[in-house]
Amino acid sequence: MKHETIETNAGWLIALTLVVISIGGLVEIVPLYFIDSTVETVKVAGKDVVRPYTPLELRGRDIYQREGCYVCHSQMIRPFRDEALRYGHYSLAAESQFDHPFQWGSKRTGPDLARVGKKYSNQWHTQHLIAPRSVVPESIMPNYPWLMNKSLSYKDIGNRMRALKMVGVPYAETQAEYDANVKRYGKEVADQLDINKAEENLLAQAKNGNYDGDISSISEMDALVAYLQVLGTMVDFKQFEDGHFAEFR
Amino acid sequence: MANVTTQSPEQYNYDIVRLFTIMTVVWGVLGMLVGVYIASELAWPFLNFDNPAITFGRLRPVHTTLVIFGFGGSALFATSYYVVQRTCQTRLWGEGLAKFTFLGWNGAVGLAAVSYMMGYTQAREYAEMVWPIDLLIAVTWVAYLVIYVMTLRKRSQPHIYVANWFFIAFILATAILHIFNNMAVPVSLFSLESYSLHAGVQDAMTQWWYGHNAVGFFLTAAFLGMMYYFVPKQAGRPVYSYRLSIIHFWALIFLYMWVGAHHLHWTALPDWTSTLAATFSILLLLPSWGGMINGIMTLSGAWDRLRNDPVIRFLIVSLSFYGMSTFEGPLMSLKSVNALSHYTDWTIGHVHSGALGWVAMISMGSLYHLVPRLWETKMYSDRLINIHFWLATIGIVLYISAMWVAGIGQGLMLRAFDEYGNLAYTFIETVSFLHAPYVVRTIGGVFFVTGMILMAYNVYMTIRKGKAEAAVLEAKLAAKLANA
Repeated sequence: MKHETIETNAGWLIALTLVVISIGGLVEIVPLYFIDSTVETVKVAGKDVVRPYTPLELRGRDIYQREGCYVCHSQMIRPFRDEALRYGHYSLAAESQFDHPFQWGSKRTGPDLARVGKKYSNQWHTQHLIAPRSVVPESIMPNYPWLMNKSLSYKDIGNRMRALKMVGVPYAETQAEYDANVKRYGKEVADQLDINKAEENLLAQAKNGNYDGDISSISEMDALVAYLQVLGTMVDFKQFEDGHFAEFR
Repeated sequence: MANVTTQSPEQYNYDIVRLFTIMTVVWGVLGMLVGVYIASELAWPFLNFDNPAITFGRLRPVHTTLVIFGFGGSALFATSYYVVQRTCQTRLWGEGLAKFTFLGWNGAVGLAAVSYMMGYTQAREYAEMVWPIDLLIAVTWVAYLVIYVMTLRKRSQPHIYVANWFFIAFILATAILHIFNNMAVPVSLFSLESYSLHAGVQDAMTQWWYGHNAVGFFLTAAFLGMMYYFVPKQAGRPVYSYRLSIIHFWALIFLYMWVGAHHLHWTALPDWTSTLAATFSILLLLPSWGGMINGIMTLSGAWDRLRNDPVIRFLIVSLSFYGMSTFEGPLMSLKSVNALSHYTDWTIGHVHSGALGWVAMISMGSLYHLVPRLWETKMYSDRLINIHFWLATIGIVLYISAMWVAGIGQGLMLRAFDEYGNLAYTFIETVSFLHAPYVVRTIGGVFFVTGMILMAYNVYMTIRKGKAEAAVLEAKLAAKLANA
């Protein structure tokens, strides 16, 4: 075929362009859904250790996105010596398997947060979010005082979990789904993933966790700190031999 | 005496081109002002003022959306609607539908900016719009495609000019990218929030397939379409090599779609995918430079125009920046370089050498060519165009040099070890180091936006002048008719 044919025929031009621009995406994206080793299975004592977020953590994650935290903080530790020392074990694909959307980020104006969970106290996080420069004088992070004053809205938590269930997160609504979760994660986790008990679970976690230091009400701060405190804590790397995860890379 | 004009209102639909041209300037000024503001927030964090709507995290997508989709998008609508009519020598198809694309597109950009400030976002970079806005964009885009194809089909020229190939590829690719990257399930029908269909690794790959092709097609292929019309027109010479334009068109649109995963080097994305992306990124240097050479060499034999035509200066310097950033891009996609550059301001600098140097400057040059033709007059001031050119160029140089210092400096500090094998610097020490480059970057931004404001003034005065001249002409004609 002469190029002149394409240049003089809009139909040919469009058809060939569509073919040419489709190939790259098809080759790179589609296999990621079918190659099993893309996302590791991480089990301890026969149970999956990477679980979906609890209702309170989920709301915290929503707030994390709303405020655009991902603009300045990545959640993806690369396999380098300095990152291992600074942040911990490199991130596994399994650890973001329930992240809709992913939060790997693209810029570290602040440090990586993939394993920030349990590194600082709840009190530190609350203080740091209200006024970052009161704990880190050189910080350039904005203050987030309103998180403390705004009470958390959680009336639509069921809808949120149902929407996530539709995109593949194993939250349970029926008895069969609940039983499957008990088998996969154990009873304690399965209870947290039960959509029917979502509100109850959220209130209990906020109360018991007392994340913002004020139990009189549940603030957005409670949810955000609960989310930050779970980041990177689900896989206990001491349970695995060194290099166990290397085959997946 | 009959005054024959090629721009009779019946022949071409210039109204829609005028509307998009004005919005290009409006979004440009607004988007770049927001850019300067958020740059200042990083240098002086008190500027966040404890106000949720203007914190860096919420304003940054406002900046990117206003400049990419507002400024860049409107410039593309304006020029593509102009170019397709001129090169097909036919009037734009679909009067009302074209108006609809104007309302739909600008409505989407405006709503997006307001919604981010209110805290509504999909949290996907460059695709932060919530799902109802995504739907509006999808409908607008389909209308755009229909208008474009129908206009091509009723062309009175046998050949489809090369600029249109690039515009068509950009419209098709953007449609595919937009749809697949924004698939999500809303929390409820009445909620603006949604959760994306993909998760983790697959989501990251989809997002950067989208993200880098927003660069490849929205910010490159389409602007090459602009280049292929306005550079030869302004220079008054034919495109340097017709054969080169064919080769670099097909190579460019094929290769770009592979390279998105170079944003995900060393992450949990499988190695095979990012290695493939790096390989194609290197290959991409060839068609990119093919395009640059084809544009710059169009001026071959007329280099003196650079000295006395400020519009040519904009166009040719934009191509030089295009060549520079398409060299820097493949370099940064090498895994060893990326290990240092990723997550740092080097990436931000790279984006801006492309966005300010290439995209903005080719748009400005094209608009300076277009505005006098749309309003049938001469530009109000050539001197102001010249000042704008220098403000923009100095601004870019300050910006990208500051970001090289910031990015490479921070990258080296983060991987430095002391004699005992401990980390030499804490993270916050690198943040302190960034203050000076952040101030310089802000100053660069001020230069650039000042140029843009001068352009807005120049365009405004030109439109006024055009209207006044038209009125005088009409009055004369009326007087003549009355006397006769």
